[in-house]
Order: sequence, then structure tokens, then C-alpha cells
Amino acid sequence: MLSRTAANLYWIGRYMERAEFASRLVEATIRLSSLGDHVESEQAWRSALKVVGTNAAFERSGEAPSAFNVRRFLTLGEQNPSSIRCCLAVARDNARAARTALTVEAWQAINRAWQIVRSRTSPGGAQATLNLVEELKAEIRGFEGSLGRMLRSESSWFLHLGSVIERGDNTARLLDVKYYLLLPPGQEVGGTLDRDQWNTLLQIVSARTAYRHIYTGPLQPWLVADLLVFRSEMPRSLAASAEEAVTLLSAFAGLSGRQGPADRMARQRLARMQDLDIGTVFQGGLHEWLQAYVRENAALDQAIAKQFRFS
Amino acid sequence: MAATNAFDELWGASRSRQARPGFEPLAKWLTDLPPAEMDRRQQAAEAAFRSLGITFAVYGDEEAAERIIPFDIIPRLFTAREWDNLSAGLEQRVQAINAFIDDVYGARRILADGAIPPDIVLGNSQYCIPCAGARPPHGVYAHICGIDLVRTGADEFWVLEDNVRTPSGVSYMLENREAMLRLCPELFETFAVRPVDSYPELLRETLHSVAPGGSREPVCVLLTPGHFNSAFFEHSFLADNMGIELVEGRDLIVDDDKVWMRTIDGPVQVDVIYRRIDDSYLDPLIFEPKSILGVPGLLAAYMAGNVALVNAPGTGIADDKAIYSYMPEIVRYYTGEEPRLPNVETWRCREPKALSHVLENIEKMVVKLVDGSGGYGMLVGPTASKKEIAAFRDALKAKPHCYIAQPTLALSTVPTFTDHGLVPRHVDFRPFVLTGANRTTIVPGGLTRVALREGSLVVNSSQGGGTKDSFILEPDATEGSAP
Repeated sequence: MLSRTAANLYWIGRYMERAEFASRLVEATIRLSSLGDHVESEQAWRSALKVVGTNAAFERSGEAPSAFNVRRFLTLGEQNPSSIRCCLAVARDNARAARTALTVEAWQAINRAWQIVRSRTSPGGAQATLNLVEELKAEIRGFEGSLGRMLRSESSWFLHLGSVIERGDNTARLLDVKYYLLLPPGQEVGGTLDRDQWNTLLQIVSARTAYRHIYTGPLQPWLVADLLVFRSEMPRSLAASAEEAVTLLSAFAGLSGRQGPADRMARQRLARMQDLDIGTVFQGGLHEWLQAYVRENAALDQAIAKQFRFS
Repeated sequence: MAATNAFDELWGASRSRQARPGFEPLAKWLTDLPPAEMDRRQQAAEAAFRSLGITFAVYGDEEAAERIIPFDIIPRLFTAREWDNLSAGLEQRVQAINAFIDDVYGARRILADGAIPPDIVLGNSQYCIPCAGARPPHGVYAHICGIDLVRTGADEFWVLEDNVRTPSGVSYMLENREAMLRLCPELFETFAVRPVDSYPELLRETLHSVAPGGSREPVCVLLTPGHFNSAFFEHSFLADNMGIELVEGRDLIVDDDKVWMRTIDGPVQVDVIYRRIDDSYLDPLIFEPKSILGVPGLLAAYMAGNVALVNAPGTGIADDKAIYSYMPEIVRYYTGEEPRLPNVETWRCREPKALSHVLENIEKMVVKLVDGSGGYGMLVGPTASKKEIAAFRDALKAKPHCYIAQPTLALSTVPTFTDHGLVPRHVDFRPFVLTGANRTTIVPGGLTRVALREGSLVVNSSQGGGTKDSFILEPDATEGSAP
């Protein structure tokens, strides 16, 4: 496979995943902000900006941080490289260039998702935004579904690898912004623990029912952290992402008979996670641990690009 | 204007709504299909094309950067006899074209023999000086030719243009057929239509056959300028259907006069490049130095015989409109036969007599830039405004050698579904001729382009033209019937 095609596929995987994450983030934030007063609402949207790392970009835009402005910035903002529109634009651009490596189904799903946002200038009110996001999620699910039906070839591996790396990054950032909500008893920094906030968090990673299946008893903040970091049966957990990265890279190695630094890095990361538990992580500081995870994930991304000659 | 007295592909020359023999079922189908149903199918076709991303980028039109080419669901039909005559003529012409290109970059016999004036070849901007003296693997230059044909009567077919550089449009032939099979399956029960879907496989075989010698299984690639190019859909479509890599210039490197592509497993040697970029962008070391579309050193690898370029560089010489006017002489010279397919009468404005004839009759003529294509730089006298005609008059006087002129032909029409209902619209036809190391093949089909505006004779997709499926009927369907 052409190195450029591999890079195109990898970035399609990353940007479709990012678009999906942004969609769920917007959806959950609309629900959360509808529960509180005006101040709490603005707080919820500010926090959403932080999760996708675009608070600085938003400030540069000079717009007032009203719920509507942030909603538009996150969904359609052209100055926000992580907005759903920008993610889909990049994904579609890559998909056009790698058209031959995609199935018609996968291409159509990306193309349709892009058609939904391309000429839209406003997300509309809260209800209209929810409808927009729902429509986009349906197309992105269609894309994910098409990956499952793709030939198990290099093409599908690179798409998956991109989405797995992106997923780890998104979950880690989400946890990091909300980490003060997740501390064990006696360590609360944010005052009273807020059931709504936990629920929102679980909803962003579509893990509300998963939590109920895995843990019995009332919602415990540190168990939410455990679920999203260590439970590999939970697809958006960091453990699942680390595990899948190893599996996908081994699939390549099996085909070419060669391994590289990315393989080793991914295996070491997984091995270290398997030796850890949430209690140990809290002792060293969840925030510090998540920051290290994001850095390591970025290093793995670089190693993948180098190993497969992306540029 | 021309529509009223033009030959119609369905009704023939008659005004009596009596379909040509063998085509009656199409006339019945048109009568029986309710307009609402026709409309529904037409829209279904458009939706399918858009969702598949079969788009066409139009230069200089930012708004419509990705437009789909309008597709009309009423097919254009050819009888088996018509097709046999056409394909014999096409084969003859393409054979002559390849012999001509081989000659002008080699022995130049035709110039020495005085069959055509030497300056029209050697002084031509399309003559590729760096290519002189090189012979491509297996001696084939124009592997893929798209010959534009027009029709003016029952037995009157003319060659309008020979596209022998990087002709496009074949993906529309294939996708149009897919759309027709899906939307109008009953037509394929009524007519025995010859299939076109073997084209990608035949093209793949053609590419394989011209690989430079060697025991390795040849590696073929399709070189595209990238996904912002107007024909990118076709590039990806063909690469996909042939199962070969779709590469851009930056994916290739030349080392030791060999071409390599960058893959995730390291460099892989390339033997055949089906290139869809123009000569002038192929190699910045030889041609346009600022080009980033090509590959530095590619021409050296070609000259060293280590890679086949499809089509070979320099084929543009046979695509030139000034050379076109000599094509009957060229066919006679290399085949020793009379041309089976005639040229449209052509005035070379470089000749003073021809120029004065053109200036006198410009309102009735089509004037073309010698090296223009895609309907740009063209004047259709009968439909042009006074201002346009005046501008062309000035241009002709200033640079007569840059123009040729032809009479305005009453191009044949095909019933076409428009906002005004079923109306006749002018068409042309581009079949695709493949020449490999051992044989020439023509898939029974082609691209029918239709000028959607009333009276318009310009069918180019960049000028608002659309396309139709072209049915080549099996021999038994029309056996014993007159044309």
C-alpha cells in the first residue's frame, strides 16, 4: 500500500472519531446546561471547549462565551480545527484522495455527513442542534458500520488504527478536564459531587448503561474513572484503546514479518497499564497520569507515522 | 435551428415519428412511460450520482467546484452494422496514428516523402523535442485513444477530433450503464445490448502488455494530478476497477533511471504508468520546471526503457488540430487504404486562401484554436453574438496559424428529457480504442455527450453538456434490416 494512502486512511479514522466525539460532547453539554441556571450553563460550555482543547481558539475569535456561540463554534466553527465541520471536511478530503482504498459504503457515509454540515451556517436552537448532531451521529455510525464490513486488509487496519489512537486521546482529555469530579472520598476539590456531571461524562462516552452492568451499587466517582481507564470491555476506555492498538499493529507485523518502534511502544504501554489499578493512579495523581497518557499517545502517533513512512 | 432538420438517432430523417428499423421498442417505451415516472427516474439517477461522488470540477467556477454531469436516461442506439463500420474505421485510424507518431519521432519518412509539410510537425508546439529518438516499449505510443465522432445522416459519420493525449470520459460510459441497468432494466429485456463492463479488465491487459521486458509480474499504476483535478473521479474509478495503485507525483521517485513508489513496506519498482497528467507536467527536469505534479527524472527513466508511459509523451502531435486536417493523408500514407472514417472539411487558416474563406463565412462556421480543448477557445458562428464574432475576426487576422475552421454541421439529435419535456438535442460520440503490444480492442460502447441547451452544438461537460448511455445492439437484433 502507498504510504500516502495509509496516511490518508489513518487520518480519516482519526477525524471521523473526533467528529463523533465532538457530536456527543455537544449533545451531552446541551443536556447538562439545560439542568442548571445561566451561570452553570456557561460553565458547562466553557468546560466543553476545554475538553477539545479549543478554549484558546475560542477566545481568539472574540465572541462572547454564550451557549449559542460555543455551540456554533463546536459544531460549525471554521476557526475551530476540531469543530465537527472541520473534522468532516478533513476526513472527506482524505477520503477523496484515498477513494480507491475505501468501500463505496464508507465513502458515501463520509460524503453524506459532510453534505449535512457543508452549507449550514447556524446550528439553530438547542433542539435544532440536537437534531443536527443526531443526524451526524447516524452517518458516522454508518461509517463505523461500513468498516466492520470492509475486507480485513491494510486499508481497514489503518482506518481502525487512526480511530483507536484518537479515541484514547479523546477519553483521556475528557477525564482530565473533569478529573476533580472523579476523586475518591475525602479528596473532593470541587465541593459537592454532582450526579448530573457524572451522568454527562458517562453519556459523552456512551457508557451510562455499561456502568450499570459492570458495577453494582450507587454511582461512585472513582469507579467512573476505573471504567474509563482500566475496563477494556468498555470500548472507549484507555485500556481498550491501548489493547486494540497492539492488536492492529501485530496484524501488520504478521503480514510484513517486520516490527518497528511503534509495535514496541504500544506493547509496553499496554503492559504497564495491566500492572496498574485505579488506586495506584490516584496515589500518583490522576491529572498527572492522564497528562502522561496523552503525551505517550502522541508519541505513539509519531512512531506510527514514521514506521509507515507517512510523509 | 439545426435541430429541426438534423438527423435523429431514433426517428431518422423522417418527420413522421416512425422509428428507425429495430428501434421501435424504444419509441414505444418513450410513449408508454408516464412523464412523472420518467421524472422520478431522472431524479433517482442524479441522486445516485451525487451520493457516489461522481462529480466533475469545472475550472473557473468556484461555486460549482463539484458539479455532477447531467445524465439523461434516454439512451442512444447503434445497430450492429453501424458499429462494425465504425470500429473498422476506428481501428484503421488509430493504427495510422501510432505509425505516424512512431515515424515523426523516428525516421520521419512521411516528411521526407513530402506527404505533409515538415514545418507543421517539427514547428508544432505539440512536437516533443526531448522525446525524439526514443521508442517506447513495444513501439506503442497512443495506447488509449478517444475518437470524437459526429453524425449528420444515416450513413454519414465524421471524425471531429482525435483525443490521443489523456482522453477522459470512459468512467461515464461505465457508470451510465450501471445507472441504466438499475433505473431502466426493462430496456435491457427489450434490446440485446452488448456489455461494456469488460473495459477495466481490457485496459489492465493493455497496460500489462506494454511493460518493459522482464520476468517480474509488471507493476502498473495510475498517475493522477490529485483529487482537485476535474477528472479525479475517473482516475480513482479506473484504478479501483483495475486493482492498481492510484499514485500522485509525490508517491513516485526515480533512482538509477528506474521508477519507484513509496509504500508502507518501502520502495516498490513501477513498470507501467497510466498517467493522467499532461506531458508538460510529467517531469520538472525536462518540461515545466515549477510543476509539482510530476516526477523529477521520469523522462530519463522512460528514455532508458525502464518504464512504459501510457500514453507515451509526445502523442499530442497527433492530437493537434492542424495535424488533424492532414489525417486523411496520414491514414493513406501508413495503411495504403482510403480512410474509412472521413474528416470534417477543415480550413487551415494559416493558408491565406482558407483564411479569406473563413473570414467571409465566419457566421456559418465553427472556428477552433489549434491547441485548445474542452470547448474553450471556440466560436460557433451561427449561435455567436456579433461581439464574439468581431473578437474572433480580430484574433484570426492577428494569429491565423493558431486557428482552423470547419463548416457548422447539423449534428444528429436524440430525444432528451428536459424541463420542456421530450425534445431533440444534439449529440456526439466518443468510443475508446485500446492498443496494446499485440492487439487493438474497442469496447462496444462509448460516451454519448449531449448539448442540453436548445440548438446548442457544444457538448463539452465543461460547457454545460450532459451524457447518455450508448447501446450497441447485438447483431441478431437488427439482422436483415436496413439502416
